[in-house]
Amino acid sequence: ELPAPLLDDSHGKELGDEAAAVKPEDFQDSMKIAWRYQNLPKMEVSPTTHTKFGHYYDISKKMSPELCQSVKLHSFYLHEELPFEPKMKTWNMNSGYARLLQSIQRIISQEGFDGSDPQKKQRNVLRIGIQSLGSILWGDDVCCSDTPEDPQSLTKFLYVLRGLLRKSLSACIITMPAHLIQNKAIMERVTNLSDMVVGLESFIGSERETNPLYKDYHGLVHVHQIPRLNSLICDVSDTKDLAFRLKRKQFTIERLHLPPDLSDTVSRASKQDLAGSAKLLSSGCGAMAIGKKHLDF
Amino acid sequence: QGKFTLLRDTRTDGSFLVHHFLSFYLRAGCKVCFVALLQSFSHYNIVAQKLGVSLAAAKERGQLVFLEGLKSCLDLLFGEEEQPGQPSPLQFLSTCDLRALFDFVRVSLSAADSWKGPVLLVDDLSVLLSLGAAPVAVLDFIHYCRVCVCCQLKGNVVVLVHSNEDSEDEENELVVNSLCHHSDLILWAEGLATGFCKDVHGQIKIIKRLSLRQAAEQDLVQIYQYKIQDRNVTFFARGLSAAVL
Repeated sequence: ELPAPLLDDSHGKELGDEAAAVKPEDFQDSMKIAWRYQNLPKMEVSPTTHTKFGHYYDISKKMSPELCQSVKLHSFYLHEELPFEPKMKTWNMNSGYARLLQSIQRIISQEGFDGSDPQKKQRNVLRIGIQSLGSILWGDDVCCSDTPEDPQSLTKFLYVLRGLLRKSLSACIITMPAHLIQNKAIMERVTNLSDMVVGLESFIGSERETNPLYKDYHGLVHVHQIPRLNSLICDVSDTKDLAFRLKRKQFTIERLHLPPDLSDTVSRASKQDLAGSAKLLSSGCGAMAIGKKHLDF
Repeated sequence: QGKFTLLRDTRTDGSFLVHHFLSFYLRAGCKVCFVALLQSFSHYNIVAQKLGVSLAAAKERGQLVFLEGLKSCLDLLFGEEEQPGQPSPLQFLSTCDLRALFDFVRVSLSAADSWKGPVLLVDDLSVLLSLGAAPVAVLDFIHYCRVCVCCQLKGNVVVLVHSNEDSEDEENELVVNSLCHHSDLILWAEGLATGFCKDVHGQIKIIKRLSLRQAAEQDLVQIYQYKIQDRNVTFFARGLSAAVL
């Protein structure tokens, strides 16, 4: 039940037409009051206005079976696996995770992703997706108990997985139901063991759903960590405030920016409410940073 | 000589300090035992080359003993049965006992050779807790290493730990606080309290623990801000970054 990829160019053209319609005038009025902002680049909310970036899918259609069958697919469903071998007893780890690691290692060595088969002409990357790690589906009680029985299984699993990924041509994306994990120490350790950590926070069910600041979006995207590999520096983007929007054919991640405060009832009270949610914003509008105590420079 | 340096980071990544110390000690001609738990050899090698040192060459000539934690872990778990008398340094994954790791360090640095002062470098200690070692075991391991490397061999020990304010990881905070009390020098890299900035990546607090050596002395604390570049890190006084001047 995978969504069908949009392979034709018509969708890209649609986006291009939209962008052209809202193109600003050619000459810029020189600013009189906000002249400090004159030379700043125009804030681009979404990078895809002119270029086609990434993959596009239509979730109203299904992926064709021929496409699925033409790709080599391995799956792992814990409850259908054989019981673990005795050698794995020395691993001191939750058996579900141990079996998953064994399965991944077997695929890597059998399919030659560890570089063991120099004859292979077509070098491809093994893409691994793991869903709901830490949930009870994996036999782990980290998500349902405040004092889990074996909290180190999860972190040990991630460490061994990291070793497997570093030693082979593979990449892995893992989803974790972080909102279910009561023990925050585990989340800190998981973050330290990962290269890249992104959090999605939905507005459904929270007070932000009715906040006028967020009315165009469905949730926030938090980038907790980005990889710093093979280099002293890492590629940090300018803004850290991202929100996402889910439409029928699009899941977009956009920069969150403050709309101008044009309401009739602009009063001190409403400004404080907005400032409360905007406290974390670090965009160019420094004036809105009410409530920040420290200024380093 | 005989110093214990603690590298600490909060809200940011302090690994640039590890790269610095690694290339610094290798250039100074010291024998280095590097316990690299979280990244692969090639990662450190590539960065070290930008800093002017070749780790592969250092390994060839016996100056650098590199324990690649990720690789040893795979060998231990997926490899054939280990030979008796040669336990893997990452044994603690199964036995929760850090003795084999300490033996590895001791053997690597005790070998009689012509290099100047031995150095133990660990990146990073907080991972040991994630792998099943108890906080007391980690502190014991460090204590044994200090006795061996700092006192007996007159060498230096440099260790990186992560910490967070308001952290709920009590075991980690216990290890970090305990190590702070016993360190001769603490280099604490912190992300700015005001959030991310393009020109100032963080601030570094240098704490010289003079109070350890003499009762009446106060610790000397210096604070600088820094910006990390491709081959270099620039330090400057607070508020005086190049972007502001």
